[in-house]
Formats: sequence, structure tokens, C-alpha cells
Amino acid sequence: VASVQVQLVVPMAVVFGPGSVPGDLPRPLPFRDVQEMEISVNLRSSVTARYEMLYRSTTGQEEAALAAATAREADAALHPLQDTTLGSLTTYVVPETSSLLPQGINVYVGKHRSALVRAGGSLAALQARLREVTQVMSFTASSIAAALSDRVPDGQLSPDARRYLKSSLGYEITFSLLNPDPKSHTVDWDIEGAVNRYVKPVLDKLSLVANFSVDSQILYYAVLGVTPRYDKESSSFLLSAHSLPHVINPVEARLGSSAASLYPVLNFLLYVPERSHSPLYIQDKDGAPVSTNAFHSPRWGGIMVYNVEAPASPQASLPLHVDVDMARVMEVFLAQLRLLFGLSREEVPPEFLLESPGNEGLADWELDHLLWAHTVENIATVSTTLTSLAQLLDKIGNIVIKDDVASEVYRAVASVQSAVTELSLGHLHAAFQASKEAVTSSERAFFDPSLLHLLYFPDDQKFAIYIPLFLPMAVPILLSLVKIVRETRQRKKEPTKMD
Amino acid sequence: VCTSRFWFNYRHVANTLSVYRSVKRLGIPDSHIVLMLADDMACNPRNPKPATVFSHKNMELNVYGDDVEVDYRSYEVTVENFLRVLTGRIPPSTPRSKRLLSDDRSNILIYMTGHGGNGFLKFQDSEEITNVELADAFEQMWQKRRYNELLFIIDTCQGASMYERFYSPNIMALASSQVGEDSLSHQPDLGIGVHLMDRYTFYVLEFLEEIHPASQTNMNDLFQVCPKSLCVSTPGHRTDLFQRDPQNVLITDFFGSVRKVEITTETLSLDRDVAGFEPKFPEEELATEPLKYAEQLPVAQIIHQKPKQKDWHPPGGFILGLWALIIMVFFKTYGIKHMKHVF
Repeated sequence: VASVQVQLVVPMAVVFGPGSVPGDLPRPLPFRDVQEMEISVNLRSSVTARYEMLYRSTTGQEEAALAAATAREADAALHPLQDTTLGSLTTYVVPETSSLLPQGINVYVGKHRSALVRAGGSLAALQARLREVTQVMSFTASSIAAALSDRVPDGQLSPDARRYLKSSLGYEITFSLLNPDPKSHTVDWDIEGAVNRYVKPVLDKLSLVANFSVDSQILYYAVLGVTPRYDKESSSFLLSAHSLPHVINPVEARLGSSAASLYPVLNFLLYVPERSHSPLYIQDKDGAPVSTNAFHSPRWGGIMVYNVEAPASPQASLPLHVDVDMARVMEVFLAQLRLLFGLSREEVPPEFLLESPGNEGLADWELDHLLWAHTVENIATVSTTLTSLAQLLDKIGNIVIKDDVASEVYRAVASVQSAVTELSLGHLHAAFQASKEAVTSSERAFFDPSLLHLLYFPDDQKFAIYIPLFLPMAVPILLSLVKIVRETRQRKKEPTKMD
Repeated sequence: VCTSRFWFNYRHVANTLSVYRSVKRLGIPDSHIVLMLADDMACNPRNPKPATVFSHKNMELNVYGDDVEVDYRSYEVTVENFLRVLTGRIPPSTPRSKRLLSDDRSNILIYMTGHGGNGFLKFQDSEEITNVELADAFEQMWQKRRYNELLFIIDTCQGASMYERFYSPNIMALASSQVGEDSLSHQPDLGIGVHLMDRYTFYVLEFLEEIHPASQTNMNDLFQVCPKSLCVSTPGHRTDLFQRDPQNVLITDFFGSVRKVEITTETLSLDRDVAGFEPKFPEEELATEPLKYAEQLPVAQIIHQKPKQKDWHPPGGFILGLWALIIMVFFKTYGIKHMKHVF
């Protein structure tokens, strides 16, 4: 279990639309092909990716769907005809001259698990594009290496590889409204409605990955720890990028979190600045105001500043009533939630067009992306935990292992083996569930309170305890032994003397 | 962690609370601090100023204040609880504030003070923790990646012996005195009647007074604090297990909390005309039968329980061998004819 040898199998179907079949196919359609890619992590662990590709031509229904006017409609029509198992990919190849894809775009990635690819002339060019598609839609070497970041030697990792949320069985999300100036603003936010309308669909989609619990709170007289600077040109207050790290701590002391749950907490704060500091904008490193007026901290959460418009007449009665536009706020918070999980759309090649996932928050293939990373991370965590538990028990011989700890260990080993097997068969869902069970069992076994070892006796303490007890007792025994030996020797000499 | 109790160890509690104050001032919230104190100073009958703990003579600064959050107090400060907090092997009923919920990106500062000796640290005058146990606990933390980097500061007599046995990576250690030396206290206060602080911690706190959350002071300056002329003992430090050069390690990496932030540049586009999920009232969850008080402890069972039969194990080899030797020697020396007298 110490070395992680995992094979990630991605079942792929490459469907050729009419007029898109390249001339240099090695065999007539349909045929299967396998491509392997090695992602070596360190000396003992290695991950190989295996793309099992099935090349075939379109069925009649698929042809009809590909005849749609835009790529989005085609994608919607193709969705019921596809393989929807987690982890699988379907790519539809359209002719080079097809108008389905806009000019300059060679790949359209839909909301589900399919992509439309423009034929590249030869099979090799098509395969190069298909490789790019799999890099975007399933996993890349760097995303797998980031998931295994515990095992990768530090020098080889990119500096931000470890900033995404670690795989956990559950997450707690807390929405907080910070109102430092209740005398000037009475802020009303319909958080319950917003959670029902915008957040729940996203969390339902993510429910496969973990359990989520949501709470919300309003904090009064909670100030940011930093005083913003007044900028005459824009007549607004500015928070510069290098003062942002100091904003979070004074607030965190007041945020609180559920005493019962041990899941990682994600905090999303909405700050309504005081009247004397309005409007407040966040500046990025180049001094330009940020369009979202928000920033986030990896593994912690995000903060958004919500500016209240100055009242029409200066004599308006305070406090002003503020109705927060929850949709705008949730657009930012949900985007931050995606970024915290590592689902960013920034590193996509320019000729790709990605369909926006809409209210679901993330596309099916992004969910797969998370599941691949989390499954590999879980398997690596379980193997490290079990190995170190075995080393601990080897080193300290007198720890008693209770039966339930032993059964958790057996269960963890069985689950992790089944997870690896399922991955090599291409069943991502089953593999992920098995890896979650393995993590639960191994953590329960490792952190069992009965495994605490407090019995270290240094050698000089052992001597100090046993010598006063045994030395007086040993003196007569030793003397008697000496006497016995002397007597036996004498008796041996005597018979010869008697003769 | 303050490992002493009783009135004459006032200075250890003052040490710990002063470091606690500095760390809070530099931004670490209570939810990220585990404070273990015997907490018998402020309300001690011998305290002439009740509800206060002073760290400087002339009673300038009351470090007890009114927002101290002690997580383990009085008799809960034991070696076992300390090791449980570090390794995470905590009973499931422990609340969140008593746990160390760190992960592989957490930097941990551990400050311990009390009475110590060569290779051990005394806990509450009744038990001790050895340097080997501490090193093993840190190794357990490393195996589970419960820390990114760890700074260990100890202010006791012969403190350097406590960090001699560390073998896990990314640990930096500071101690107030070398093996064979005693750490001395700073100055007594005639109004309170005891020594208020230890020298090493006093000078460390003077150094920390000048640190603010954005300062760029590095660890090399902390190593220079309290030279022999001021401290009488020789402070020591150990950096060979640490991967970064101490020159590049900021004090605020451990004593303060400066987070990495990123500007959010992406937004999700949401369709606003979406009807929300109506929360369904789960009617089947309404209690249909009166709720009964659940028996927490089956008292009747416990009272009438018969004592568990302990399995009989034959005596071990060592005992058997020893007795066999004694009996054999006895009869060989004094002769077999004495057997009838024995029986």
C-alpha cells in the first residue's frame, strides 16, 4: 500500500459526423484504440492515464442532432444520446468547413460530457486536438500532481499547487453580512431565498463530491482591520492589494463556526462599508479597481464589498434602507466557490469555446475533474495513513490494538484496493465512493484515541527501577551458584583421590 | 502551554499569557489558539490583586484581562491531553475549541514553559514528558501532515535538551538555556510577592512589542534576543531540520497570521428568473409520539453487573525462569533432604 500505482482509465468515444472522416484511418470504422500517458510522481508512486478510445461514425439520430444551427443546440440535442457515466467523454467530429463552430474556434466544450471538434485533415492532427480536449475535460498531469502534493518533492511543484481545498467528506459554508455602520444603513438581505434559488442547485450538483451544510449570520459593528485610502481623482476610497491579507484576521475572531462539525469551513463575507468610507473599491496590483470588488483566500473563503449608492438628497433620513441584490452577490460568491475548489477556466487554449454552465454552477466534466483529483488524493492519503500507522505499531510494540481499530484497517485496505481496481476499469463513480469509504475507515483507525503511546522508559530509568529490587536478591543467588560450582569441582577431584 | 501550578510559579503563567497576548495582537484569533494553563493565579487566595496576572513590576500590564480563552485549564493540563492535542487522537466528544484543526498548510507555534530538566519537562508537579515522546508526537504530526512548519519555543531550565531528539522535517526550535544551565527569572514584585516573569520570555516579549502584522523582521533577529549578559543562561536554537533559511523566515509567519489572497476576477452568470426550490416541510418528521427521555447511562445494568472474569494467563517466561533459578539454587545449596521441612 505504501507505493501508489494507479491507472486512470478514461472511456472515450470519438464519433465522426458525415464528411469529417480523415483519409488516413488505419482500420475501417468502428475500431478501438488505446493511448497511454505516464504521470510519474516520485520514485515509488506513479500514475498512468489510459484513454480507451472507440472510433465510430454517427447514428442517424446523432446526424440529425449535428444538423442543428448552433453548437449549443447541437449539444442539447446530443445530450440524451450520450454515454452519461461519470468520467466518460464523447467527442463529435465535424467537418473542417462546418459552420456549427464559430470562426476561429476549433473545439466547443458543452455543459455535459461532450465536445464538438473540428476535423483537422489528418488523423494525427485530430488526435492532437483530442489530446487537448482530454487535458481540459478530464485531468492534466499537473492537476494529478497537485492532488498528490504530499508525495511530490517540493521542488517539482508549482507554487500554487497546494492552494485548493483538500478532499473532505463535508464542507460547511457560512454566509456572513458585515454591517459596521448600522446607524447609517439598515441592510436587508434575503439570504434564504438566495440560497434556495442560486446556491442549492450548485450544491446539489456537488453533493456527489461531499456533504454541504449552509448557514448564515449578520454581524454588526464588525470593521475591516485596514483603513482605506481616499483617492481624490475618483472620489472614492481604495483598498490596495497589499493591504488585503490583513483584512481577514480581525473579522475572523468574530465569525464563529459550528462547535459540532469538524468539516472545513468556507466563509463568504459581504461587507457594506460605512457611510464615511463609501464608496469603497478594491485595487489590484496595477492600481485598477477590480470589477467584482471581491477577493478570496485559498482554503478560507471570500469577501465582497457591496457599495451602497449615496442617497439622492443629502438630507435623507438615516438609517438608509438597503436591499441587497442577491443575484449579483451570488454570482461572485459562487464563482469564488468554484475557484476555491480549483475549477478555473483560465488556462484553456484560445481556440476552445466553453459553454457556460448556467445556474448549475459547474459543467458535468468539471465535476468529473474534481472527482478524478479527489479520488487520487484519497487513495494517496489512505496509503500514507496506513503506512504510517503500520510503522507506528512496529516501532512501539506494546500498543494494544482494539478489535474495532483492526476491522477499520481491514476495511480501509479492502476499500482502497477496490478503488484502484474500479479506476483501472474506468468506473469513476464507484472508485470515488470506495475511496471515500477508505478515507473514513483509515482516519478512524489512525486517530483512534486508544492508540496513544505514553510508555517511553529511557534506559537509565529502567536501571534505576530494577537494580534496587534485584541486586539484593541476586547476591545470595550468585554466591550460592559459586558454592555449587566449587563443590562440583571438588567432588570430581575426590574419586581420583580416593583411589 | 504552562506546565506548572501553585502560587510560586506565577511567572510561568505570566510568561504564557504574555505570549498569548502578543500572538493575539498580531492577528491570530482564539479559534486558532490552544491555551493550556493551570489557571490558578488570578483567583488564588494569595493574590493581592484578584482577577489579574501582571507581567511587569509596577503592575503595568494585566495580561489576564477579560478576554482570555483558556482551552485546557487546571487538572486538564496533562501530558496525555497535550499529546492528544498534538497528534489528534482525541475522543470524538471533544469540542472544536479543544482540538488542533491544522492541515498541511498550517504553521504552528508551540510555546512551553515550566520546570524542566535534562531531557524532560515536568507537568503540574505530578508527571513528566520526555524529549523522546515529544519528538515522536511531532513525527506523528508530520506523518499525517498536520503542519507545514513548526516553531518550538521552550523556556525552562536545560531547555535545549527538549529539542535534541527532534527528527521530523520543518521544525525550528528555540530554548532559553543549554543543558546544564538554569533559566533564571527576571525580577520579583514586592507588592505581589513572587517573581513575575522569566528573563528569556521577558526579552522575547520586548522584541515582539516592535513587531506589527506587516513587519519584515526575520528569525535571525529572534535568535539574537537575550544574550548571555542579559539572560545569564545561553539561549540555543536548532534549525538543521528546517528547509528554509532562517534569514528568509518572517516572524509573522509564526507569530502573526498573514493570509494569501487572490483577487476574484471571474464571475458566474446566473439566470435571475429562476424559481427557487421551495423548502419542503418534511411532515413525516413531525413527532407523532411523545418524545421520551433517553437513558444516558444504564444505571441498573451497571449496579447489578458482575465483575468481569479476567482471563487467567500463565506467568511469563521471566518470572518462571527466576523462580526456577531460585528454587534450584536453594535445593542444591541446602540439600534435597530439607524438602520435607518445606512441605
